[in-house]
Amino acid sequence: MSEHIYERIKKDPRFSDLQKRRGRFALILSIIVLTVYYGFIMVVAFAPEKLATPLAEGMTTSVGIPIGAAIIVLAWLSTGIYVRRANSEFDTLNKQIVEDASK
Amino acid sequence: MSLNRILTVSGLFALMLFAGDPVWAAGAIEGEVTKQPVNLSAISMFVVFVCITLGITYWAARRTKSAKDFYTAGGGITGFQNGLAIAGDYMSAATLLGLSGLVFAKGYDGFVYSIGFLVGWPIILFMMAERLRNLGKFTFADICSFRLQQTPIRSLAASGALSVVVLYLIAQMVGAGKLIQLLFGLDYAYAVVLVGIMMMVYVTFGGMIATTWVQIIKACLLLFGGTFMVIMALSQFGFNFEALATKATEVHKSGISLMAPGGLLADPVSAISLGLALMFGTAGLPHILMRFFTVTDAKEARKSVFYATGFIGYFFMVVCTMGLCAIVIVGTDSSFYDAAGKLLGGGNMAAMHLAKAVGGDLFFGFISAVAFATILAVVSGLALAGASAISHDLYASVFKKGKATEQQEIRVSRIATICLGLLAIVLGIAFEKQNIAFMVGLAFGIAGSANFPVLILSMYWKGLTTRGAFIGGFIGLLTALALVILSPTIWVSIFGFEEAIFPYKHPALFSMTTAFLAIYVFSKLDNSEQARKEAELFDSQSVRSQTGVGAEGASAH
Repeated sequence: MSEHIYERIKKDPRFSDLQKRRGRFALILSIIVLTVYYGFIMVVAFAPEKLATPLAEGMTTSVGIPIGAAIIVLAWLSTGIYVRRANSEFDTLNKQIVEDASK
Repeated sequence: MSLNRILTVSGLFALMLFAGDPVWAAGAIEGEVTKQPVNLSAISMFVVFVCITLGITYWAARRTKSAKDFYTAGGGITGFQNGLAIAGDYMSAATLLGLSGLVFAKGYDGFVYSIGFLVGWPIILFMMAERLRNLGKFTFADICSFRLQQTPIRSLAASGALSVVVLYLIAQMVGAGKLIQLLFGLDYAYAVVLVGIMMMVYVTFGGMIATTWVQIIKACLLLFGGTFMVIMALSQFGFNFEALATKATEVHKSGISLMAPGGLLADPVSAISLGLALMFGTAGLPHILMRFFTVTDAKEARKSVFYATGFIGYFFMVVCTMGLCAIVIVGTDSSFYDAAGKLLGGGNMAAMHLAKAVGGDLFFGFISAVAFATILAVVSGLALAGASAISHDLYASVFKKGKATEQQEIRVSRIATICLGLLAIVLGIAFEKQNIAFMVGLAFGIAGSANFPVLILSMYWKGLTTRGAFIGGFIGLLTALALVILSPTIWVSIFGFEEAIFPYKHPALFSMTTAFLAIYVFSKLDNSEQARKEAELFDSQSVRSQTGVGAEGASAH
């Protein structure tokens, strides 16, 4: 039913542009999250004492606590950043492509 | 997830990890528990919850007319609502109890686990969320079989989905029975039957609409209860984290090492394998995937992950703080320990004791009721995912070859729900005394090694063929199963052999790699006419998955 629209969209240079831009953006964010998480796991596995360092001279709280919290916050922010761009810039472009193809 | 559904998953998963550790062996879900005196305030609050949710089920039943209403709540759920429902799925009683218990016993290690449970979500958003919404209808098999042959692919996907659902349900039922015995003073068998019947009522009558609202209410109760508990507990330390940390390290036997990783993840192979299982297993859980079909469009699907990640991340931090507070408040109060110096009810009861210590009997009753509600929400989502695999994939597509009417399909899913409920009750009672710690791990292993590879490759790889997906998917499923059986969790702990044939507790690193390799090789070897046709369809699928043209819309009401 939608076959002819798919054909037209596929030929639209703006579609390959959208595909490239959105794919790149998702990939960069994924790499950031994965690097941070697996980097953290490697420190946990190989150098746990680094995370035990007190936050400041004479404090009990270790640097590991804010670092862990920061990873959670970063994971959440990364979803926010993606949603913001995908739901505005990418979706607007997407809408134009689909509308033009449906004409 | 816990990981609630994930949940519940996460806590149970943590339990599984520590199955060999005496602290964990004495947990709420592992090992023997003693029945407590009947807890009236908890029971009355739970009755209120049941009445409200039954009211919702009645309302939902009147709105459930089409198959779309039944499976996906008509596809009209908003991103915010779905975010809460996903969080409700992922944050379980076992997260609340298991994670706080882990921090109570080991400190920072518990925090490390909670981070692992969260980081899968951004990846699900970046790689899958919008494509799931744009390609899917009722089950994730809709996506896998979009351009591949229906019969083999749906049989594979339904096998993966049902294995995950049944393993998970058993773990939930046994956990529920023991927890309720502890918190409410009810008999194990009554608790299991009660959970099974409630689950059947919600799902059979209210379908996805009722399930979604039960999950939303439960998520709100859990977030409220957790926040209240932590505020009350932190007020004892003047809301000063450093004061809390200092006091906790003074009174805990581990001392200052509470503030750093304690070597639980010292083996890098296990650490990576666990990380993979948590991250990609979550992305292959049928009940989690199903939630993406309930929203209006890709926009809302993305938003729901954003909200869910926020709620889950917040909740994990609250629960970890709870565990730390419990070290000081519960750990130094001898009334929470028995004569032998063991925590009453086991190591997973730290959060419950904390509720009593900071909020009195009434708040303790409230948190107990929330824990029970949590289990109900999790099992309902599981039952619905299992029922849809039976009715939509096996019955309508495989047996009836797409010729079943909508009403027939709904009737089959209702019957399937009742069968799954009865099966869950029977297995829940049968497994009461068994060591079930491996089950959630196995569920994640299968989700990550069979469901996830087929799903992700069907979305991204043009070269995937029916033969490759079918053979490779089953190889992934069987590898995960075999490695778990040969691992210390079953081979040593249950069969009693001296040494495990497969030395690691988490198979994901090996079984996922095997699955991807097998799918790749068998797809490449497939030179059939069918394979060529399937590759030709990829471009249309790809356009649809990214633009949403031709995607399922929301129903009118």
